[in-house]
Amino acid sequence: MAQTPPSGRAAQPYCPPEVPTESTGYVRKVPLASRIALRTGALVARASRAAGFQGQMIGGRVALMLRPSCLTELATGRRVVLVSGTNGKTTTTAMLAAALATAGEVASNASGANMLDGLTAAMAGSAAPTVVGEVDELYLPTAVEQTNAVAVVLLNLTRDQLDRACEIRRTASQLQTVAARFPELLIIANCDDPYVVLIAEAFSKVVWVAAGGSWEGDGSTCPRCGYRLVTEVAHSASGSDNVIGDNVIGDNGWVCRRCGLARPRPHWRLSADALITPDGASLSLSLRLPGEFNRINAAMAIAAARAMAVEPKRAADAVGEVTGSAGRYQRIRVGDHEIELLLAKNPAGWAVMLDLLCTHSGPMIIAVNGREADGHDTSWLYDVGFERLAGRQVVAAGERSSDLGVRLSYAGVAHITSPDPLAVLDQLTPGRVLFVGDYTSFWRLRSVLEARQRD
Amino acid sequence: MTSPATVRIALLLPDLLGTYGDRGNATVLARRLQLRGRPAEVVEVPSDRPIPGDCDIYIVGGGEDVAQIEATRLLERSEFPAAVQRGAAVLAVCAGLQILGTSSTDVNGNEHRGLGLLDAATQPLPHRAVGEVVTSPATATGLGEEPLTGFENHRGGTTLGPAVVPLARVISGVGNGDSGEGAVAGHIIGTYMHGPVLARNPALADHLLALATGLSLEPLHLDDIPELRRDRLAAGRERQDSRMRRLAAALTPRRWLTPGIPAPRG
Repeated sequence: MAQTPPSGRAAQPYCPPEVPTESTGYVRKVPLASRIALRTGALVARASRAAGFQGQMIGGRVALMLRPSCLTELATGRRVVLVSGTNGKTTTTAMLAAALATAGEVASNASGANMLDGLTAAMAGSAAPTVVGEVDELYLPTAVEQTNAVAVVLLNLTRDQLDRACEIRRTASQLQTVAARFPELLIIANCDDPYVVLIAEAFSKVVWVAAGGSWEGDGSTCPRCGYRLVTEVAHSASGSDNVIGDNVIGDNGWVCRRCGLARPRPHWRLSADALITPDGASLSLSLRLPGEFNRINAAMAIAAARAMAVEPKRAADAVGEVTGSAGRYQRIRVGDHEIELLLAKNPAGWAVMLDLLCTHSGPMIIAVNGREADGHDTSWLYDVGFERLAGRQVVAAGERSSDLGVRLSYAGVAHITSPDPLAVLDQLTPGRVLFVGDYTSFWRLRSVLEARQRD
Repeated sequence: MTSPATVRIALLLPDLLGTYGDRGNATVLARRLQLRGRPAEVVEVPSDRPIPGDCDIYIVGGGEDVAQIEATRLLERSEFPAAVQRGAAVLAVCAGLQILGTSSTDVNGNEHRGLGLLDAATQPLPHRAVGEVVTSPATATGLGEEPLTGFENHRGGTTLGPAVVPLARVISGVGNGDSGEGAVAGHIIGTYMHGPVLARNPALADHLLALATGLSLEPLHLDDIPELRRDRLAAGRERQDSRMRRLAAALTPRRWLTPGIPAPRG
């Protein structure tokens, strides 16, 4: 049964990455024109917040409109690490920022404002020499170019907002083009995601992390040629290739038997109870955040932190303390109920979210707005196995509550349909209520609840 | 055995043609039978399994270009064409419609042969068509007056041959690119509409079930469907009024573009 994969990919040695371990000495030499643009942006942002909007992006957007080069100028002399992918960006950014903060001051946009405007606002708000920036995958090429980033963490790539991104293979090929322009860029990549591998293997400096990923929907056929991927079990008989310390790492790799695309040999590996470092050390992860997907995010953040010269144990301790960012996992009490805010916006995110929901026996509210930022096409709801929620107390909410309601009916899940998630709260069993929203419904409920708390 | 035969619904190549949630069409068909007390099962056929030739309905969904070429190759040498010739019902959505056609040309000008089960040829449209679609069913389909609603996301424009009629006439949106939407020939229904199309249009779902089984199905009410249809038909009309749309776009901060970044499509 021991067939060698067609590509016979040479095992890459783990080369300690040559990225600056510190900034080049940040001098705030932002030109006057940029300072004016940023100042104007900040004023607009403050006005926007006063008017009741989130005000996270508008400031950066105005500044970029007035002075398109201001992001580049803000980034000059600073060490910028970008975090991108479809799911887990915000939490991983918060984790990486926490890990790097053990070694010095860090600026970060861990707020979910992940386009260039959000990044600009975050960098304008702090002069810290190190910047950890979350970037939407479609904006990554431009963000790398404008910030002259030293490293990019690539978490995963699955379909999300198809009416905007159209096709994930196209997104992948756009990201590949970054390799030609920035050959020095270090990539920290999850090698269990075939799309990530397709992109990352175009780069010469890659740290591969076998972090896992449970959703197979887009991952099961070859991103390069469309052929069905198969799983390889320990593909070397010689032994030494696949062993680091006491741990076999060649297992469970995927391969395309037609074009040869295969999972590279990982430098880091996440097992059921520990994260195995390139030196073979075993780090136990104790996280304050729930869910398997947060262990994946933590593994990626710790691997990236090590590439930025933060010792893994120290990084793991800092990552473990992260309790959420941008309101994710936040709990807010409303009368007899304590609402926990969760975000899931595509099939891959939902696949892991369902595992979490199934551990909860109390009521849950699911909200779908399907606005531009969420993707107008809600067909993906049928790729989520909502059938697992049958028998629980479920509310279908959001501006597209009827889409969700129909989906739940066909899944055999009895539910209450109510566009306003709070309108039916008193019909739910008192205690903890899980709320899972897409982007805009999450933001909407969070700001409503926070406004109520203030009153 | 007095129980009626189980209706088998094949979901073809979901790992290649599952990009746009079209799996939901199989779910909807099976559930609409089960809710009426009739046995039904969904047979999922990923790309490493043989395609069974004895199913009653085949669902072919939408996918990306690489996947479409691979799917065509697999379907061509499978039992699927013979099953269709025998009279099995087919719902082919988006890439599925193009695969069943005679040929489709991609944006780079490469022509790919289709299965030739529908006399329909696809050429690229000048722009990608993305958004809500509202259509009025063609009289020949016997679907009645109720409009159809869906979400389109494609670059292909499809020209129908004389033996094929469009599924519907476009009220708003792009469809085939020539005011028609989709294609119907015998037991084959093709469309560009996602949504999934059968979740949004229960009449089309029951029509397909009747085509496949010859059963006359009693009406079935599901609570949220009327509201869903009202909501989506209204959204489709909004797209039709492009002036309103442009005004709304200009006034919505989310739509403001970041300078130096190409406009998101849509």
